[in-house]
Amino acid sequence: MTETSMNTPSGSLFAQDERTKKRNAAEKRFRMFGLAAIATGLLFLVILLTSILSSGLGAFQQTFINVPVYLDEAKLDKNGNRDIEDIKKVSTFGYNPLIQQAIFDSVTEQGIETPLAKAKDMKALLSASAAAQLRDDVIANPDLIGQTVTFRILASADVDGYLKGRVTRESVARDKNTDAAHLDLVDELRDAGVIKKSFNWAFITGADASESRPEQAGMGVSMVGSFFMMLVVLFLALPIGVAASIYLEEFAPQNKWTDLIEVNISNLAAVPSIVFGILGLAVFIQFAHLPQSAPIVGGLVLTLMTLPTIIISTRASLKAVPPSIRDAALGIGASKMQSVFHHVLPLAMPGILTGTIIGLAQALGETAPLLLIGMVGYIATDMPDGFFGGFLDPNSAMPAQIYEWAKRADPAYYERAWGGIIILLVFLLTMNIIAVILRRRFERRW
Amino acid sequence: MNDMRLTRRDVDMNDIKISAKGVQVHYGDTHAIKDVNVDIRDKTVTAFIGPSGCGKSTFLRCLNRMNDTIDICRVTGEIALDGEDIYDKRVDPVQLRAKVGMVFQKPNPFPKSIYDNIAYGPRIHGLAKNKADLDDIVEKSLRRGAIWNEVKDRLHSPGTGLSGGQQQRLCIARAIATEPEVLLMDEPCSALDPIATLQVEELIDELRENFSVVIVTHSMQQAARVSQKTAFFHLGNLVEYGDTEQIFTNPKDERTESYITGRIG
Repeated sequence: MTETSMNTPSGSLFAQDERTKKRNAAEKRFRMFGLAAIATGLLFLVILLTSILSSGLGAFQQTFINVPVYLDEAKLDKNGNRDIEDIKKVSTFGYNPLIQQAIFDSVTEQGIETPLAKAKDMKALLSASAAAQLRDDVIANPDLIGQTVTFRILASADVDGYLKGRVTRESVARDKNTDAAHLDLVDELRDAGVIKKSFNWAFITGADASESRPEQAGMGVSMVGSFFMMLVVLFLALPIGVAASIYLEEFAPQNKWTDLIEVNISNLAAVPSIVFGILGLAVFIQFAHLPQSAPIVGGLVLTLMTLPTIIISTRASLKAVPPSIRDAALGIGASKMQSVFHHVLPLAMPGILTGTIIGLAQALGETAPLLLIGMVGYIATDMPDGFFGGFLDPNSAMPAQIYEWAKRADPAYYERAWGGIIILLVFLLTMNIIAVILRRRFERRW
Repeated sequence: MNDMRLTRRDVDMNDIKISAKGVQVHYGDTHAIKDVNVDIRDKTVTAFIGPSGCGKSTFLRCLNRMNDTIDICRVTGEIALDGEDIYDKRVDPVQLRAKVGMVFQKPNPFPKSIYDNIAYGPRIHGLAKNKADLDDIVEKSLRRGAIWNEVKDRLHSPGTGLSGGQQQRLCIARAIATEPEVLLMDEPCSALDPIATLQVEELIDELRENFSVVIVTHSMQQAARVSQKTAFFHLGNLVEYGDTEQIFTNPKDERTESYITGRIG
C-alpha cells in the first residue's frame, strides 16, 4: 500500500474524498477549455465563410440589358457590298450610337417617363464592352447588317451595383457618369424586364478586363494559368520528391551528410515563399532567360516550394510502413529495390498522394513568389495560345488575379475579388476532399 | 525428455551445412557475439536457446546476412554455407537469402492475397515458367506449410485476414516456396497460442526431411521437442553446443545447467 492510499479516510465509496473531487474538477475544467477552443475555432470559420459568401456571391450574378438593336447599313457598311474589310473599318465608336438609340427606343416603347431626353444619355447604362461585343458579332456574321437583332448586353458596373445594392442614390451623387435619373430609369426597365440579373458564366470562364470595366472581368484565363503551373509542379515535384525520399529513407547510409541534407530539407520547408520568388527571378528569368510572367516559371518556383512538403510527407509515410514487411521481402531473397518497389511503396502510396495533393493545394494558393516573377500585376486578358503557349505565354494565376482585383479602385472589383476567393476555395476544398478519398480508398491494414 | 519428442525421422544428419568459425559481431560499440564456432548439420533442427539479449537472434541473422541492413552492425570471422564463405566479397546477399530462407518472430504476411504471398518469391527468382507451374508451386508450398486445407478455397483473399497461427504457417510456406536449403526461424511461435504452436512445431519437424532448420526459441520445452541439436548462448558467447538430449539431461557447463533449471535467464 502506498502512503497516499493509507491517508485516505476509509469512508463510503459513495462519498467522494477531497483528492477525487479536485481531480474530477481539474478534468472537467480541461474539457471545458477544449470545448471552448473548438467552439472559438468553429465560430471564426463560420464568420470567415459568411463574410466570404456574402461579399463574393454577388460576383456570380451579372446585370444584362436585353434589347433589339437595328444594325443600320448606312452606318456599318456604307458601300452596301458586305466587304469584310470595309466592315472592319468601322470602329466600336460606330456601334455605340446604335446601341444607345436601341435602348432609347425601347424606353419610349415601354412608355417610361424620364428626364433623359437624348439617346446619348443612355450611355451610362452600358458597359464599355457593349460596342465591342456587337462589332465582334457583326464581323463574324456580316449578314446581320440591316436587320434588327436582340442582343444581351452587359450593363455598366454602376447599374449592376445599383441592382446589387452597392450603388445608392447617395453614392451616385458624387458620380459624374451616372445620376439619380439613370437609377429611376433602371428601376423602370427592370420592371419592364429589359434589365435583368442572371448567372454570370463569364466570371468563371472569362478574361480579366481593364480597370474601368469591372463588369467584364473574369477568372477564366488566370485559372488556366494556375492549371498549367500545377501541371509543372505535379510532373516535377512528385517524381523528384518521391525519388529523393525513397533514396534518403531506404538506401542512403546514415552519416553526417545525410543528416545535413535532412536538416536542410526541413529548413527549406520553413523558408518564406517570397525567398523562392526572388530565387526564381534570379535563376529562371535573369539567368536562364525564361519568359517573364510565364506559368512555366511560376510552376518551377512553386515546384521548389512544394518539394520539401512532398519529401517530408513521403518520408513520413515510408517510415510508417512496418519494418517487418521489408524483412519479409528481404528474407525471401528480394533485392532492396524489389522490397521497396513491390512492397513498401504501394503501402506508402496513400500517404504520398495525400502529401502531394496538400502540397499542390498549398502551391495553388501561393501568391508571394508570383509577385517577383511578374505574374502578379499582369492583366490576363487573352487565353494562351495552345498547349505550349499555356506554359510560355504570359499569364496570371488565381491568387494573383484576386490580389490584382483587390488592389483596384472601383468597388465593383472588390466584389470580384471575393468571388475569386470563392472559386479558389472551391478548388482547394475539392483537392482536399480528393486527398481524403484517396487515403480512405487505398489505405490497407497490416 | 525423450518421450516429449515428436516423431523420429530416418534422415542422414551427418552432412555439415553451415560452418561458423570465430564469428564476432559488433553493434557500434557493443560486442554482441564473441568468437562463436558452430557446425550446423543438414536435415537437422538446431535450436538456439539462451536468455534475452544473449545474441542468439543476432547470430541467426548473420547466417543469411540480414544484419547487412543494419548500418552499425559489423560481422567478422567466417561463416561457410556448403564450404563457401557467405561474407566473401563475391557473394550477393540477395542470392544467399534465396538459399537461406527466414521466418520471423511476428507473422508478417504481405498485405496481398494468400496466393500472391506464396507466389512472390518464385516470381522474383523466376522459378515458374508459366501460370500452371506457379499454381503448382503455390499448392505444393501451402501443403508443405500444412495450411493448404485451410486456405485452398480462399487463395485470393488477403493473407492478413488469417489467424495468427495460420499467418505464421503462411510465412513458413512462403519461405519454402523458393526452395531454400536452410530455413532460419526467429522465435516463430512466440506470438502464437499453444495449439497454433503445436501445429507449427509439427511442421518444423516435417520440414527437417528437406531442409536444415535453425530455430531460435525462448521455450526450452520447444527446443527439447523439436530439435536434435541445441546451442546455448549466454552474454554473446556460445557456451555449449551438442545433442539436444545431452544438453537437457547432462549439460557439461554450469551456466547451461543453471539456465535449464531456471536459475539464470
